[in-house]
Amino acid sequence: MSRLTRRDLLLRASAIGCSAAASPLLTPVAFASAPTENRLVVIILRGAMDGLDLVQPYGDPHFAAHRPDFAIGPSAGAHDLDGFFALHPGFGDLLPLWQAGELGFAHAVSTPYRNQRSHFDGQDQLEAGTGAGSVGRSYQDGWLNRLVQTLPGATRETALAVGREEALILRGPAPSVAWSPVSRLGLSPATSDLLSMLYHDDPLFREAFEDAEFYSDLLEGGFDGGNMDGDTMMETMASSISASNQAVAPRSLASFAAERLRADARIASFSLGGWDTHRGQVNRMGGALNHLSGAISELKEGLGPDWDRTVVLAMTEFGRTVRQNGSAGTDHGTGSAIVMAGGALHGGRVLGDWPGLGQGDLFADRDLMPTRDVRAYAAWAMAGLFGTDLAALQNLIFPSLDLGPDPGLLR
Amino acid sequence: MLAALSGPDRMATAFPLESYATRAAFRIEYTRLQRARDESDEAEQAFRAVRDALNREIVNQMAVTLARGVADPDGLRERLVWFWADHFTTVGGRSFMRGAIAAYIDETIRPHVAGRFSDMLEAAILHPVMVLYLDQERSYGPNSVAGQRRGVSLNENLARELLELHTLGADGGYTQTDVQQMAELLTGLGITGEGGLAFRPNNAEPGAETVLGQSYGGGDPAALSDIRAALQDLAIRPETARHISRKLADHFLSDTPDPGLVAEMQTVWLDTGGDLARVTHTLLTHPSALFPGSGRVKQPLHFLASALRALELPPEQLTLAPAHRVRNLALRPMAAMGQGWQNASGPDGFFDDDEEWIGPQTLAARIGWCMTVPSELRPNLPDPRAFVRDALGDAAPPDLLLAAARAESRAEGVGLVLASPAFQRS
Repeated sequence: MSRLTRRDLLLRASAIGCSAAASPLLTPVAFASAPTENRLVVIILRGAMDGLDLVQPYGDPHFAAHRPDFAIGPSAGAHDLDGFFALHPGFGDLLPLWQAGELGFAHAVSTPYRNQRSHFDGQDQLEAGTGAGSVGRSYQDGWLNRLVQTLPGATRETALAVGREEALILRGPAPSVAWSPVSRLGLSPATSDLLSMLYHDDPLFREAFEDAEFYSDLLEGGFDGGNMDGDTMMETMASSISASNQAVAPRSLASFAAERLRADARIASFSLGGWDTHRGQVNRMGGALNHLSGAISELKEGLGPDWDRTVVLAMTEFGRTVRQNGSAGTDHGTGSAIVMAGGALHGGRVLGDWPGLGQGDLFADRDLMPTRDVRAYAAWAMAGLFGTDLAALQNLIFPSLDLGPDPGLLR
Repeated sequence: MLAALSGPDRMATAFPLESYATRAAFRIEYTRLQRARDESDEAEQAFRAVRDALNREIVNQMAVTLARGVADPDGLRERLVWFWADHFTTVGGRSFMRGAIAAYIDETIRPHVAGRFSDMLEAAILHPVMVLYLDQERSYGPNSVAGQRRGVSLNENLARELLELHTLGADGGYTQTDVQQMAELLTGLGITGEGGLAFRPNNAEPGAETVLGQSYGGGDPAALSDIRAALQDLAIRPETARHISRKLADHFLSDTPDPGLVAEMQTVWLDTGGDLARVTHTLLTHPSALFPGSGRVKQPLHFLASALRALELPPEQLTLAPAHRVRNLALRPMAAMGQGWQNASGPDGFFDDDEEWIGPQTLAARIGWCMTVPSELRPNLPDPRAFVRDALGDAAPPDLLLAAARAESRAEGVGLVLASPAFQRS
């Protein structure tokens, strides 16, 4: 059976004729040394996560009045963090991480996206990492891809997009792998051999198939053809198709990401949905937070000793209205919070300049006023993890970013 | 094949879709019910019913699109429709766009795939769905009556994509000034309350605009005909002819098309004033088009349609199937193959590189479909040894004949044929 060989960036790039070598970020020097030992995981929270509900500013005198039907602050079951902010009970499983300094937040952050409040445009801008005024443009690449282009010794396995959706954040000239824990080939050995034969003389199909087999075999409960008769095999394949129609459990996304990060991957990204809490937020937020906290716990467990060299960033396209709406939910807003975790993090803090929630403090009289570009936190994390050049961060990876002062995100 | 193109559009008749006007009326009703949903339980039920109907309709649009691809006698018209729909991509569900993209394609693209490019260009750019998609209704002349009163200004989105994507191409020699002038010329376009195209002189920038050295408009009040005149000129620019000829050759033949072919297509384009039947004829009769084999990888929609056709699936089985079945057998698998339904990543449409379509995960999705879906659709699968001949004829390579004969089961044999490079490439 075929084995995946490590193909370096240049070889792969020339084999598929892509333009990596022509990228303005790449020089031959970039391939000189081994890849980093540090890890970065970026979780995209799709649907606009309510940072005000996750990290509740219960110490702000105006907050409770905006949300009379919400459970707010320690008196309602949230966990006090620092006397001003409290953590939603749905994140309670992660309190030990907070206490160990391996969980932190920055509040009142957003991308430069303003005013239109479209999930899709907002997510595109978050993943593209672009500056103000780029909405509606066709994005060619994402900011994690531009990061990979600056990493010395990056190979195709360095960056991994976990999940079935196309990952704009990793799209671009630098090769990366996209795979989902439910993507199983589920082929019998004989069929696999026949496909290998059919693909042998077509390099595009041959290499993709070799990689697919490699990642498929890695997965827990992988196919063991020796014990399957024909009917079982067809059932396995059918269930793999129907499984691909279901949302992937967040824990399995995280577990698969951790497995690859322990091996060759250094950068991984996946998405979690369920944040668009227009109605009945009290229940829905708990479910979504449960998924996120489960994913972070799974990453810590799966990464083992490498957790200490890891930073996890969970970011959303924009926040939600400060005031609750008529359906005990919140609508699309602007400022939110970024969740940071990892053994390499200097956490246990809620960072950011708090803008207040009183009259005149809100953005457009409705949203949490962003006081810092969320990209700045991602940029400083990358500078700390990978020694990424500050000029590259401000100009290439995040165009027209105001980096601001170093928040000292790493231990 | 080419003669049939100029004949009647039988597939649109056999497998009709609702018009844009019908979809727009639906949208108005949808919005009314959505606003009323909190008033009572009945109102909530009524809204859910109309929302379900909308979701079913979007799935139905995919079933109809596939059915046309399966039933079209030679497949050419449908492939051209897919190409041009991608060229004039619209994505999203804002306002009247929701549920209306298939109607937009039927009304702006289909009638013109063997007609004049200028007519297709006008139809697409001046369709409410495109106006909404690229934010044109939000663009005001900075010195217009409405712009002055409301303190609002230009949105260059449509103007830029019109020059960069739809006509001249990124290397088409236009400047930022041309983009801005085009944006000023396009001001006035808007959407009526019923979802139709509006032209509002009060929103239009006063005075003439100069795009690529040509002056347009300047009358008072400004007129839609000024915009039409600019679109007609753009359609027959040499840069447009070159950009789109190359894109056609690239899409249908090879990502390194014969430069001689592209030059020939460009000449025909300019000689005929952008007659797409003549340009397509030049493309498909060129010697480099006559060697099948390692052609372009079929995009997922094309692959599914050709596979279902090879399986001799009655197209009605698609259009009459319940929505959940279409979702499971086509819509979700296509998304896993990288082509979300009506969901390209931006106005430049889906990518056109084979490498982008065949990655580990997307190939796994193709293989998974090949191995499982045919037996769900056809309980009596054909003998793989016959199927390989029927599906590929003389183009079946010897190793595929061998694999089809050696497969462990009918399902796997048929799956191997469909998953083979010979079938996956066109």
